[in-house]
Amino acid sequence: MDMQALLDFFSFADPNVRYVVLGNVLLSASAAMVGAFTLLQKKALVGDAVSHAVLPGVCAAFLFSGSKSIALMLIGAFATGWLALVAIDYITAQSKIKKDAAIGLVLSVFFGVGMVMMTNIQQSGNAAQSGLDHFIFGKAATLIGSDLLIFAILSLVLLVTVSLFFKAFVVLSFDRAYAQALGYPVRRLDLLLTSLTVLAVVTGITAVGVVLMAAMLVTPAAAARYWTDNIRRMVAIAAAFGAFAGVAGAYISYAAPAMPTGPWMVVVSSLIAFGSFFFAPKKGIVPRQYMQWKNRRVITDENTLKMFYHLGERNSHFGTARELKELINSREVAEPLLRATLRRLVAKGMLERHANGWRLTDEGYRKAARVVRLHRLWELYLARYMDIAADHVHDDAETIEHIITPEIEQELEHQLGYPDKDPHDTRIPKGGAL
Amino acid sequence: MIIHTKEPVLEVHDLTVSYSRKPVLWGIDFTLPAGCVAGIMGPNGAGKSTLLKSIMGLIPPSSGYVKLFNRPLEDVRHRVSYVPQRESVDWDFPVSVLDVVLMGRYGKVGLLRSTGRRDREIALECLEKVGMQAYTKRQISQLSGGQQQRVFLARALAQEADFYFMDEPFAGVDAATEQTIVGLLRDMAAAGKTVVVVHHDLQSAREYFDWIILLNMHLVAAGPVTEAFTDEKIQRAYGGKLSLLSQVGHVMEKRAFPSREN
Repeated sequence: MDMQALLDFFSFADPNVRYVVLGNVLLSASAAMVGAFTLLQKKALVGDAVSHAVLPGVCAAFLFSGSKSIALMLIGAFATGWLALVAIDYITAQSKIKKDAAIGLVLSVFFGVGMVMMTNIQQSGNAAQSGLDHFIFGKAATLIGSDLLIFAILSLVLLVTVSLFFKAFVVLSFDRAYAQALGYPVRRLDLLLTSLTVLAVVTGITAVGVVLMAAMLVTPAAAARYWTDNIRRMVAIAAAFGAFAGVAGAYISYAAPAMPTGPWMVVVSSLIAFGSFFFAPKKGIVPRQYMQWKNRRVITDENTLKMFYHLGERNSHFGTARELKELINSREVAEPLLRATLRRLVAKGMLERHANGWRLTDEGYRKAARVVRLHRLWELYLARYMDIAADHVHDDAETIEHIITPEIEQELEHQLGYPDKDPHDTRIPKGGAL
Repeated sequence: MIIHTKEPVLEVHDLTVSYSRKPVLWGIDFTLPAGCVAGIMGPNGAGKSTLLKSIMGLIPPSSGYVKLFNRPLEDVRHRVSYVPQRESVDWDFPVSVLDVVLMGRYGKVGLLRSTGRRDREIALECLEKVGMQAYTKRQISQLSGGQQQRVFLARALAQEADFYFMDEPFAGVDAATEQTIVGLLRDMAAAGKTVVVVHHDLQSAREYFDWIILLNMHLVAAGPVTEAFTDEKIQRAYGGKLSLLSQVGHVMEKRAFPSREN
């Protein structure tokens, strides 16, 4: 990475950089905010169709005015984006065509028409058309001061409207029938929310381009969903992710002017989404895998301690050192795994290494006795309350013994009347020292 | 058989409801007295939920009208509360239990204002009534079916309405929740509120309800349980679909025929 470019960029000395960054942040944060509702209403694909469908509107505005007037193009874009939404609803309601097909149909027809118009304009020899193709993939560097004002106003409109109607949009997205029963004007709210969606797409077309704007709508929201279960926080996080992608996209196309801004913004926000998908605490794949891995370790640790207890029960001598062979014979276990587990238990202070094997420490004994005790209590519970035969209870207890909390243990003992023997008439250990 | 009441809080008058021109409810006509717990009963596909939704104005009727407290619904909406079917929403939605119950206050606070401290207090009281006060901050996806139903009920209670419409509140809930709900229904009726419940378990109906609306695409019977819920009426409602009604409905759908001439 070019250090000088980085410094130049973040000093914001160049007014053009300021415009581009500010414009990008505004548009991507407000798009992400609206996009959160698009996502929660399961309308992500509709957003995609709308963003493609604004292209003919942009071209029509150019043909009409003969210049690249941003205001006119936005109006044109808004009009055809809206038309696409109406078309999807109409086709779904009035024909046998299902929603997914209607979305696909509208997307490709509108985009196709837009491409035909654009090709025509480009071959017309009109000098003003140069740069019109930036609307396809976006070029943030084309933002200038007067445009920025328009984008700032549009973003502000989005921000204020979403904040004002936040509560209404939440209840509409969560439980439409209930919102209607409350007397909320659901049809008008629907209309408002879809208009905001179109508007969010439209604000992004110069910087991100029509093809990828849908991604800026839903990707930050999808990523934010991994970090919180609170819709307010989700919308705020989505806006922050969007803003970050906006800055990153602006920087990349500043440092490498040949780079289009839109795809880079989308790449950055997709990276955030992937990162969230894999690493978000609790919901990410990696933390979930880690928890499972930890569970497996708890199970092998406790099972190994149990071996010592069971061997101890045979001669009522729990403190005897056991050799590796003796342990392997007592329970089916792979030798490398057993060795690793023994080493870990020594490190944890549950076992002691001896000349001729390993023996339980006081702490190890207590732990082993507790696991055996939970196993037998659970067996007794299954046999007594669930009427499961005594010879069928072992396998269930084998899992449950690892997850019973002290509170459940207390309740279990209480319900069973502090028993001494399990269903196999074996003694239930009471705990205490070696 | 329809037993009307003298001073009805609900009047359903000749209501016909259609889905894409196919009538699913034909000429439903009954009244309800105040302070009763009424059960809408009938086999699968009898139109129980449709009737409830149509009364709540969620599905426009093809003909007939509904009056609550002798007024059209729009005038008395703040006195009416609705509990949709539990499966009708996405329980993975990022809101907490308290957030959902607070929605019950949205009708009172209006479209743009947000809920205040008083609303929060009411929501918490309602959660306590359904035994969910310990779950206030819990995200709704972590609830069991019975707990979800209790949250929906608390939300309806938070509306502080006089009339409650509940769509299958006993579906897929545990026995303890069922008893909690039944207790609440009784309390509400004792306080003069009227409750209408869509239900399909014939065994418990006699015990839970004091008024019955027996449906099978048309109204089979409506009246006090003792009179309307007889074996003969149940047999008529549940003993196979009225195949002629469905057949005529089918023809109307195919030919896009209106349900009234004008």
